[in-house]
Formats: sequence, C-alpha cells, structure tokens
Amino acid sequence: MLTFLLKRLFHGLAVIWVVATLTFILLRLAPGGPFDRERKLPPEVLANIEAKYHLDEPLSQQYLRYLTGILHLDLGPSYKYLDRGVKEIISDTLPTSVLLGLLALIFALMVSFPTGLIAAYFRNSWIDRLALLTATLGISVPHFVLGALLIWLFALQLGWLQAGRWDSAASMILPMVTLGAAPAAYIAALLRSTLIEALGEDFIRTARAKGLRENAVLFKHALRNSLVPVLTVMGPLTAALLTGSFVVEYVFAIPGMGRFFITAVTDRDYPLIMGVTLVYTALLVTANFLVDLFYAYVDPRIQVH
Amino acid sequence: MTRSNLQTSGFVRDPLLLCSLVFIAAIAAAGFLAPWISPYGAGGFEEKQILETPSLTHLMGTDGLGRDLLTRVLYGARVSLAVGIGTAMIALVIGTAYGLASGFTGGNLDQFMMRLVDIFYGLPDMLIFILLSLLFGRNIGGLLVALGLVSWVRFARIARGQALQAKEFLFVEGARAIGASRRRIVLRHILPNILGPIIVTLTYSIPAAILAESTLSFIGLGINDPYSAWGTSWGSLAQDGWRAMRTYPHILFFPAAAIFLTILAFNTLGNALSDLLNPRGK
Repeated sequence: MLTFLLKRLFHGLAVIWVVATLTFILLRLAPGGPFDRERKLPPEVLANIEAKYHLDEPLSQQYLRYLTGILHLDLGPSYKYLDRGVKEIISDTLPTSVLLGLLALIFALMVSFPTGLIAAYFRNSWIDRLALLTATLGISVPHFVLGALLIWLFALQLGWLQAGRWDSAASMILPMVTLGAAPAAYIAALLRSTLIEALGEDFIRTARAKGLRENAVLFKHALRNSLVPVLTVMGPLTAALLTGSFVVEYVFAIPGMGRFFITAVTDRDYPLIMGVTLVYTALLVTANFLVDLFYAYVDPRIQVH
Repeated sequence: MTRSNLQTSGFVRDPLLLCSLVFIAAIAAAGFLAPWISPYGAGGFEEKQILETPSLTHLMGTDGLGRDLLTRVLYGARVSLAVGIGTAMIALVIGTAYGLASGFTGGNLDQFMMRLVDIFYGLPDMLIFILLSLLFGRNIGGLLVALGLVSWVRFARIARGQALQAKEFLFVEGARAIGASRRRIVLRHILPNILGPIIVTLTYSIPAAILAESTLSFIGLGINDPYSAWGTSWGSLAQDGWRAMRTYPHILFFPAAAIFLTILAFNTLGNALSDLLNPRGK
C-alpha cells in the first residue's frame, strides 16, 4: 500500500517536472515576446528590461533559476502586472477557480448518480431513453453555448438570476450548471452502463435469492461494484473541469485563474502562463493522487497493483 | 440474414442516427457549395442592412457590418469541417504509428513511450492547445498541428493495446511461423484487425477538434486571419454574436446552433459505431 502510494507520488512529481520543462522550452521557442511593441523600443531600453528579468542570461541558467524558483514556490514577476508577482496573482484568483470547480463537481455528482441509477434500473423504458438523450446532449454542448443560452434565458429573458457577477450564492448557480453539465452527463451515462452490467451478474441474483431488499441489492451490491469505473474517469474529469473553467470564467466574467490565463496568453506574459500551467498540473496530479487513494479503499485488489 | 446484416439494418433504423448522418452530409455539402448556395459574396456584404433580424431575404439576419449571416455560417462550415477532419487525420497517423511501434517493440522502450503518452493524456487539452498555439501561430495550419499534437495520444493508447493483443493471436503466430516479414504482419494481419476501434476513435476525434477550435475562437485565441479565403470559423462568428447578445441574440444563436448540432451529430455517429463494433457494451 505504502509503496503504491509512494510510486504514485513520485510519478506525480515527475509529471510536474516534465510539464515545467516542456513549458519552459515551448515558451522560449515561441516567436515574439512580451516586450514587442508596434514602435520598436530603443535597444538600450530593451537590454535593460531583459537584464531586469534575467533574459540576457544563458538558457541553462534561466532554466535552473526557474526550477529553483519553483522549489521555493517563487514563480517570478509578471511581465504585465508590475505591482504583483505571479504568485500573488495566482493566490488571489485560485480560490475562486477551485470553488467554481468544486461546485461544478458536486452538481455533477448530485445529478448524475440518481439519473444513472434510475436509468439503469428502468433500462430501455422511456425514462432511460430520455436520460440517455439528455446525456448525449449534455456531452455535446460546448461550455460557451450552454453558458450563453443560460444567461440569455435566466438572466436576460426571465430575469431570475444575474450574470457577470461572482458575489452571492445566486450568482454562482449558472456558472456551476454550465461547468457541471458535461461531467454530469458523462458520469450518468457511464454509471448507467456499468450498473446494467453489474445487475446482470450472478452475485446480484444470489443477493436477490437470499431475500435481500431491493434497496440493499442496488446500493450495497450493484452500486459499489460500479464505483471503480466512475472513479477511473475522475482524473480526466478533473482535467475537463480545469479546461472548462477558463471558458466558463470568460463567459461569466468570473475573476478566477482561467481568465487571467487567457489574458496572459494574449499579453504573452510568459511567467504568468508558466505559473498557471504549473498550478493546473499540480491540481491535476493531486486529484489523480486522491483518486488512487479512493481506489485502494473501494477495491482492495488494486493495492497489489 | 447474418448477424452483421441484422445489426446494420438496426444501425440505419435509429432515427437520431439517421438525422445525424443527413445533417453531417448537409453541412459538408453546404460548406462545399457555399458560393453557389448563397446569393451574396464570400464576405456576405450588403450595405445598409446592418443587424437585421432573420427575414426572407436574410434567413439568419445580418451582422453588425451588414453581412448576411447565413452566408457566413455556410462558409464557416468549411473551417470547422477542415479543422475537425484534418486534426483527426494528423492524430490518426501519428498516434497509430506510435502506438503500433510501441506495442510491437515492447520492453523498456515501450514502457518509456507509454509513460510519455500517460503524461500527455492526463493534461487538459485546452491548456496544451493554447501553449502550442503560441508556438505555431494562430492560423489554420498552426491550429491543425497544435490540435493534432494533442489528439494523437488517444490513438496511440488504442493502437498499442490492440497491438499487444494482436501479438497473441494465433493467425499472427501462424504468419510468423511461415516466415512473414514484420512489416507484412503489421500491415496485412494486424492493422485490419484493429481498424474498428481506430475508426470509432476517429469519429470521436472530429467533434472534439471542432469543439476545441470553436472554443478557442470564442475566447479570442483561435484562428486570427481575417482575410482567410476559407471564411470565418463558427467560433469566431459566435464571438461576434456574444458581444451583441443583449440586443441581437440571433447573431449568436445561429453559429452556436451550428456548432452544437455538428458536434451532436458526430457524437451520435460515434456512439452508434462503437455499439456496432462492440455489441457487448450495449
């Protein structure tokens, strides 16, 4: 068990290192820089700027400086925001993004579990078909299309909710639904198919034969066995939530990390881009690690792996 | 009637699937025939009729510069389909070759190659696209390369898994026993056998690429080439409409609907294909 977790931890750190290195190389290769203006800066000024940000050092030295910075949780200065470093920008905006992601995840789980259970239990009925159709729609709809539709309907037409704010529980409903819809649809469809498979197994027939109540059969026996495939997709789903979060933050004008990331890309604010990329990777690695922990808990056979 | 015939007939009878196939064909035809369908030029310009709501002369209305929206959506189909299919093809070639090579070589090299795939597989797609688009520039070619470089990992995983399985097949062992070359074994015996899962992945890759392109364009990080002969992508049209949503929702509605329905149609096709090729999963 401990070896398994240590191995996963090591793997996670390796992923962060690879991503840090690749991002560093990529951004050094990218044409154009943050200090390109329409009117060329005088070479002396440019040289001064480059010296300030250590861009005049050899690449290997820049790389080492960058890596040691990461180890000290120092992500360097932002090229764009002179009053704040990358670390400050991230620590200001990350909580908002994490809150949005968690809300969406909770929403997705609360919608998908009942839906998947009901659809599997009444398989091939009209309820099941409706659920499947909704799931296909939910998987296919882009975040920005759903977000715009919800804003148009609930904020502009009906006037029930406000869009473009992030200060009250009511203002968080639409972004939460927009970000959580696709994962909800995905988990529901997955849960349905694994449950249907599980309900056809011998141990379910045994459970029923020995007179267990239907609830116990469904929740204790079938559901528990269907949890592992659902857990397997939690890692990729976290990635999807992170990806979706910058679109949703853009659409709903939420002051989260994703929106800063988009602006940073337009501004070619390289330290901020690298910082945000690293934080995303670290979040993802943590999520995958938690999934591994849960795995070992739900399915004891996995510990051997 | 054989089993496969039975399944094929069920395949075409599903109404949602039939609609999807018709829709995909219609979109492809629309993009291809755009200059002949629309009475307006590629830009769709017609002066003095800005921000008109849909009418008989402008079925989808006009935008803020007086351009016929239907024309722009028709031309946009070219960009979306080109990006979708182009990306899927790039990913297919890179991914399958990588996966087959890895699966067949085996050993430490295989382990190393797959670790690399694992790392890419776990990262958020959009993050990598955006980083790569900084490198390759924001034109259609650069976007294709960036999207292709992200999507290949799915093909690599499947191709490798199938290659590992196929190595154990008796007919492969037989082929090896009669002295067939490695190249012949891969091309003649293994590739045809793994075609099914690859085609399903291909079908899912197209909508994924269309989604990625339109999302990037919507947040302003997509194709940035106003004079492209290809037309403007649906995502960029949606971005135009987004700014005017409060007062003229139709400018957002039509491109958004085009994106959504196209992705839906390809996903439905993918679902049907995977059911068809893997009847047990149903």
